[in-house]
Amino acid sequence: MINFQYLRTTTSKSALALLSKDKAAKFLAGGTNLIDLMKRGVTTPEKLIDINHVPLKQIELKGDTIIIGALASNTAVAEHALIKEKLPLLANALNAGASAQLRNVATVGGNMMQRTRCGYFYDTEMPCNKRQPGSGCGAIGGFNRMHAIFGTSEKCIAVHPSDMCVALIALDATVVLANQKGERKILFKDFHRLAGDTPQLDNNLKTDEMIIRLEIPINNLAKNSHYLKVRDRASYAFALVSVAAALEISDHKITDVRLAMGGVAHKPWRLTASENFLKGKEASTANFELAAKLAMTDAKGFGENDFKLQMAPNSIIEALTLAKSKA
Amino acid sequence: MENRMLKDENDRVDGVFKVTGKAKYFAEYELPGLTYGVLVTSTITKGKITTLDTKAAEKAPGVISVLSHLNKPSAPGYEQDGGSPMKIFYTDKIFYNGQPIAMVVANTFERATYAASLVKATYAKEEFNTNFDKAVADSKSKKLQGQPDYKRGVENAYKTAEVKIEEKYHLPIETHNPMELHGIIADWRPNNQLTVYAKTQGVKATQGTIANVFKIPVENIQVNSEFVGGGFGMALRTWPVEIATVMASKHIGKPVKLVITRMQMFTMVGNRPAAIQTIGLGANKDGKLTGITHRAFGETSVYENFTEGVVNMAKFMYQCDNVNTQYTVVPVDLGVPIWMRGPGEATGAFALESAIDEMAHALDMDPLEFRIKNDPERDQQRSLPFSDKNIKEAYRVGAQKIGWNERKNKPGSLIDGQLKTGYGVSIGVFNANRGRASVKGILKADGSLVLQSATSDIGPGTGTGMTLIASKLMKIPADKITFELGDSSLPPAPSQGGSATLSTVGSAVNDVCVALKSTIAELAANSNMDATANFVDVLKKNNLPSIEIMKQSQAGKEREAYSMYSFSIHFVKVKVHSLTGVVKVDKIVSVGDSGTIVSPKTARSQMVGGAVGGVGMALTEESIIDHRYGRYINNNFADYHVPVNADIPEIEVHFINKPDPYINPMGAKGMGEIALIGFSAAVANAVFNATGKRIRSLPITPDKILADS
Repeated sequence: MINFQYLRTTTSKSALALLSKDKAAKFLAGGTNLIDLMKRGVTTPEKLIDINHVPLKQIELKGDTIIIGALASNTAVAEHALIKEKLPLLANALNAGASAQLRNVATVGGNMMQRTRCGYFYDTEMPCNKRQPGSGCGAIGGFNRMHAIFGTSEKCIAVHPSDMCVALIALDATVVLANQKGERKILFKDFHRLAGDTPQLDNNLKTDEMIIRLEIPINNLAKNSHYLKVRDRASYAFALVSVAAALEISDHKITDVRLAMGGVAHKPWRLTASENFLKGKEASTANFELAAKLAMTDAKGFGENDFKLQMAPNSIIEALTLAKSKA
Repeated sequence: MENRMLKDENDRVDGVFKVTGKAKYFAEYELPGLTYGVLVTSTITKGKITTLDTKAAEKAPGVISVLSHLNKPSAPGYEQDGGSPMKIFYTDKIFYNGQPIAMVVANTFERATYAASLVKATYAKEEFNTNFDKAVADSKSKKLQGQPDYKRGVENAYKTAEVKIEEKYHLPIETHNPMELHGIIADWRPNNQLTVYAKTQGVKATQGTIANVFKIPVENIQVNSEFVGGGFGMALRTWPVEIATVMASKHIGKPVKLVITRMQMFTMVGNRPAAIQTIGLGANKDGKLTGITHRAFGETSVYENFTEGVVNMAKFMYQCDNVNTQYTVVPVDLGVPIWMRGPGEATGAFALESAIDEMAHALDMDPLEFRIKNDPERDQQRSLPFSDKNIKEAYRVGAQKIGWNERKNKPGSLIDGQLKTGYGVSIGVFNANRGRASVKGILKADGSLVLQSATSDIGPGTGTGMTLIASKLMKIPADKITFELGDSSLPPAPSQGGSATLSTVGSAVNDVCVALKSTIAELAANSNMDATANFVDVLKKNNLPSIEIMKQSQAGKEREAYSMYSFSIHFVKVKVHSLTGVVKVDKIVSVGDSGTIVSPKTARSQMVGGAVGGVGMALTEESIIDHRYGRYINNNFADYHVPVNADIPEIEVHFINKPDPYINPMGAKGMGEIALIGFSAAVANAVFNATGKRIRSLPITPDKILADS
């Protein structure tokens, strides 16, 4: 770890002002990922701007929209009555992530910004195009059991590690960002990026911006939703695959459906084709199986993660079945 | 040490200390002028250091010294030829990736960490191999080391049996990963006086190793290790990084503390070696074993050899006239392994106990019934009777508690939705050791008793067990007894390993107590007191503030007349998800057959801890290396999966609790190893019973369940 300057601020305005002076500075929120990355020498910011005291912790209903501040802790969101009632999928996804201790300090914005857990990314002695563009991808031809099967590039097959983000993409969230000039909105599905030729970029946040809040429209999916996380141990493990599934069922017909996956791509992976297939159809195992098959159309394994080609559709079927079976 | 209060006779003597933070571990000692060492490690796997640039580090704030092979701090033992070539600061050779090549010492840990990042090395690289499977495949042409082959009756008799199986089993590298990181504080003072605060399973062993390297008398070296935050075998030797820290302290004339990082725990302090094993079993149609063949390859390093008892169990655990075993170690370019709980036997038991289950299935027999049918009356390997063995009773108790009668012999019979239920059983066995130890007892007129021995407590509750032995014999309440350990100046005792401490040191406690009682009785008789007079009254009457007796105790001829083992039976119930492949252990029943249970609470804790370790071995733990680079890829607690609470179900522990008539005065045998040995096979057998899928490669992760379908 190198020496760095630590600054603390209490308003988003002053935070953005500090950031504008030094584009290499980083915001420090919960720090559950950033500090690890600094200890490993993966990230070496010269300045940390502590934004934990910026008042962006609100969780509230405004009209038909649920607002969640970027600095609300994972625990605060998961335990909030409004979220549990209206967006249980989000609460369940949050509770599937990390450990209770980490969730207590990890924030919504930080969760969106967390970087891949690919071992090659973390080890500065190994090649990684995400950490050091042009150095190669260690995972291709190496240990890629945890890696992507969708939207991969020749440069990077890392996955985004978040559970929360899988629920958020399924819930049609919008992200509100700000720079010194003002705010802009971006759909959650457009926040994270595929690796493509620029694996060093995880998302479309600009270097002068900060995440302010999330806006999530109210839906009728609360009753029949399920977040399934398949992992190597029952807690504190990243997903092999995860599925956010939510159904609105009326007269046995699916009137609305959301399906997204984690642990399979460089970004939270929305299964739009499967959703379109299921809309208007009966909520049956046969249809779930067809939707799962459809989801796998462009999937590709890299050897050690070939099992995901089977685990992913299986998990889609299971998640849909469990979502449907909720009383 | 303060007298440690006991709430009831079952409580740990150090329980309150541990849960209130009063227990002081090695890294918590704050010595005046303490400095901090941080290691620089090799980034190549094999070759030579060509240049080492330490200038920037030396100029960094707070840095006192940078030690490396360039300045060779003095260690006379390292200057001699021979011994392991792994001599930190005395070699420019690289034997594995992550090998320590330099140490930066600074006045704070953070400054040392920063300065260590400034040390730059260049290397002449050589070709290497860290892939054990490849090493084994290539090994046929090389001379290999191991243990002598064993043969009883006809070799490979299984091949001509009425019913036979032959299967191969794989174990990955496992890393001990106790919570407490490894390290040492070394304080070298003028006139070659040295005090160390160590994380060690043997204070006398640490003392001896250091004396040997630095060529100073053992009396000059004080080793303190009162509390140890888990060892599991990794603290059974004094590692090169500890020697390096002593060298650093001697070199700079100040105390130096080294605490290695979690990542360094994977490369500097050993691991459970990877293994590839083949088991051949033959039986007649009635279900009697007619041949057992167990062949094993174990991982070792190129610079030191490590062997363990992988094939021991096959030689005596089942009644069988034809047994042959072979054990060979194959080197790879990794750090040298070391015993990890259950050591080789746990490795071997996974293969043997899986194979026994496979044979029972081939015979269409209940695996429990098959084991009972082949349970030996005598130890055929040594042609001796067992001193004490109650396996059949243990089987009955465990089967009843797990609900074995719910089990169906046909795999995949118990299905509820996507969940398949299965039951598995296995046996664990480990030599019931007894070594030589000395204990001093100081019986005081204030009614208290102090016992002293240079043994260790890495967690099992040594102090508690010893206190209970003395309390029972002396009829002194446990809270009036203090057992002092973890101090090299106390009467000598062996390292805590091989499940031998209770048997070894406990016997010396017994002998001291017997001697104290007889001295008191003599004093009573001499002063015309009743033979049953209280020792306090006897001492007072004789104007004695205390009496002191030291006894050395060791095994006798009984070990030549009997075969002595501890046994365990593990029953596991699992639920396997057919779509996701996730295995959930639903219930565990472990039955210990290890003689008298001296300390019920800590004995139970041992079995519980072994079961948790067994779940990890079976389902989650694997140290993964990228063989292109020779570097570990999951060397942290997020990616190396030890089980968490959510993985662990109800664990029931039962003990046969009958004294072994021969082993020692208490009739008590060790338990640390048997708690784990065999456990992973019980899980694998339960998975087979649930799904019909036989996973012969640990850990049993969801992808393997899906792949096999």
